[in-house]
Amino acid sequence: MLGAARRQLGSAPMLGQVLRRLRPATSARAYSAAAKEMTVREALNSALDEEMSADPSVFLMGEEVGEYQGAYKITKGLLDKYGPDRVLDTPITEAGFTGIAVGAAYQGLRPVVEFMTFNFSMQAIDHIINSAAKSNYMSAGQINVPIVFRGPNGAAAGVGAQHSQCYAAWYAHVPGLKVLAPYSAEDARGLLKAAIRDPDPVVFLENELLYGESFPISAEVLDSSFSLPIGKAKVEREGKDVTIIAYSKMVGYALQAAEILSKEGISAEVINLRSIRPLDRAAINASVRKTNRLVTVEESFPQHGVGAEICMSVVEESFEYLDAPVERIAGADVPMPYAANLERMAVPQVDDIVRAAKRTCYRSVPMAATA
Amino acid sequence: MASFTAAAKFLAPVAAARSGGDSRAPPPPFPSASLRPRRKPAPSRLRTVLAVSSDVLSGNKSAPAAAAHSAVTREEALELYEDMVLGRIFEDMCAQMYYRGKMFGFVHLYNGQEAVSTGFIKQLNQADCVVSTYRDHVHALSKGVPARSVMAELFGKATGCCRGQGGSMHMFSAPHNLLGGFAFIGEGIPVATGAAFAAKYRHEVLKESGPDGLDVTLAFFGDGTCNNGQFFECLNMAQLWKLPIVFVVENNLWAIGMSHLRATSDPEIYKKGPAFGMPGVHVDGMDVLKVREVAKEAIERARRGEGPTLVECETYRFRGHSLADPDELRKPDEKSHYAARDPITALKKYIIEQNLATESELKSIEKKIDDVVEEAVEFADASPLPPRSQLLENVFSDPKGFGIGPDGKYRCEDPLFTQGTAQV
Repeated sequence: MLGAARRQLGSAPMLGQVLRRLRPATSARAYSAAAKEMTVREALNSALDEEMSADPSVFLMGEEVGEYQGAYKITKGLLDKYGPDRVLDTPITEAGFTGIAVGAAYQGLRPVVEFMTFNFSMQAIDHIINSAAKSNYMSAGQINVPIVFRGPNGAAAGVGAQHSQCYAAWYAHVPGLKVLAPYSAEDARGLLKAAIRDPDPVVFLENELLYGESFPISAEVLDSSFSLPIGKAKVEREGKDVTIIAYSKMVGYALQAAEILSKEGISAEVINLRSIRPLDRAAINASVRKTNRLVTVEESFPQHGVGAEICMSVVEESFEYLDAPVERIAGADVPMPYAANLERMAVPQVDDIVRAAKRTCYRSVPMAATA
Repeated sequence: MASFTAAAKFLAPVAAARSGGDSRAPPPPFPSASLRPRRKPAPSRLRTVLAVSSDVLSGNKSAPAAAAHSAVTREEALELYEDMVLGRIFEDMCAQMYYRGKMFGFVHLYNGQEAVSTGFIKQLNQADCVVSTYRDHVHALSKGVPARSVMAELFGKATGCCRGQGGSMHMFSAPHNLLGGFAFIGEGIPVATGAAFAAKYRHEVLKESGPDGLDVTLAFFGDGTCNNGQFFECLNMAQLWKLPIVFVVENNLWAIGMSHLRATSDPEIYKKGPAFGMPGVHVDGMDVLKVREVAKEAIERARRGEGPTLVECETYRFRGHSLADPDELRKPDEKSHYAARDPITALKKYIIEQNLATESELKSIEKKIDDVVEEAVEFADASPLPPRSQLLENVFSDPKGFGIGPDGKYRCEDPLFTQGTAQV
């Protein structure tokens, strides 16, 4: 039954593409026609390729990463290039193969474990937390675990509750893990390369619906030496009236919201967290001290979430700078429903962000008027 | 493989009997014939060893068959004896120290099972790995971690093998390739399989292996673990990829208070090896010489690249599951039955009967170990507690964590980082 469910998932990229066509706003960004573009999928693939080429101790393992070329084609071409010794198709045994990868990392290899989706990492969470995250501490620094756990995270489309969950807050709760969530192609390349080079376990949360999206990309980012700092956020758009902080796909929504807000005279600053843990408290607080207003956006459940942690960092460091209550936009506090209309209501939408930003600026309109 | 006849029971995988088209006959990974054991396979004179589970199953209370062992030299015998005595005296001391409040939490002692740790681990090289469970003190000692480091760890002192950050159930020692005690059932097996994977990867991809063959990993776990999915997942992958690992089941018959026979549909665990295409061997885990013989063969097999072996060692723990266990479910006659088969007493008897050493020589070994363990306690007691500053250290290998270098800047801002040459 599980197998059938997964096979269904294998066809999900196509579903994702259909959905992307239905979402006109995402392609509305204005980019110079001359700029080179790259999809997130190509960015991830090229990062894996370059790091494998640079360091023979890097290898990939997971379900369908080899002959199938990746359930979402992130590992396309790598089996041909690096052979089955370094691109390992595993049986459907998350606990087993994740633990094996962790053991290999104990011995100095640099495994990149692909979860077909992060939902399946639940079957291996013991190894991510107990075997990977805690070993450096328990061994007093004798055994470090240079490993990357990567795969699509968060809600896809129409796949129901068990396949539609964001694990950012789950993993970000754990000392010993670094948790990254790329948004753009630049993020994906720079952060994945940093994650693979990092000496500690990194949970790398991708988003299925972003895989096919194209982003402009500079020559610097295309350089094989490029990498991004772990623990540092990026100001995606500067503004002065309100700070919107998001990660992964929600950064795109936040940018769209900022565009709408600008037409109504509100200048929103959009921060792309990039790293959920460590959290870039400096960037968060610097922005809030400038705008004095904060909206957090996350796709996952609200309770004990990333938004709550961002808010607390502001309460601790910049409380006196706040001119309005912090607004939290999050997924609905329910398992993901299947029906498309309910699903849409269960995850944040651009309008939600716009409304929240206006509320912080005391320019709110009753929800009924805009809904 | 045929040499496993030395074991009480041996099941060969049936893959060879399958129909043609299965071209799995692997080329020998180490062409040098000198790596093959010179020793002829031991003749199958070791008939039935009293097997605990089969014993319990059949109600057969007959005495064990007269022990017959392949030659063991005086030096080897004394090394084995010393290691087992160390395990026993160390654990007895742990119980004392626990009741005196010197150590805390869960403390699981190894008494009675020493023949397994000694019989297996003493056959390893330094570069070989051991992955253990929460009952890990004696595995650490056998692998060469000094008694004082283990004791200090148990006391929660800064001089412990993990500076007091691991504790009883989490012994690590990188220089000894002791890759940890794992507190959850089944958790250590994939990690051990991963260490074996790394050995093979180093050999085949990085071309790093030494001339002696692959580094071998031993995964220790108990009968209770053999009902856990990770056990089966890893038997499959280890055999699929021919990894240099030996799965060592310490079947002490009890998973805390759950009898093996009440928990397991087919209690003969070694039979599960052939189901995955690997040899399954059953051995009397109360007889260190028999364990040693099986261990040698399984380890050599792994080292030659011929893949994993499942070894079921029938043993018994002389104490409760942990020092907090009232141990009320195991029957007195069962306990006395196994107490009479104490592996240390048995080896002692053998050594004296074979004139390998005198009683007084063995006594002096015991005295020496007494002193070692006394010294370990004194060392641990006198050692400082971890300083307050230690609390936040070692969360990440990256010294300050968070990708920040010693200069306070993000490590990626180091120009070497983006050149891919900085050790980050």
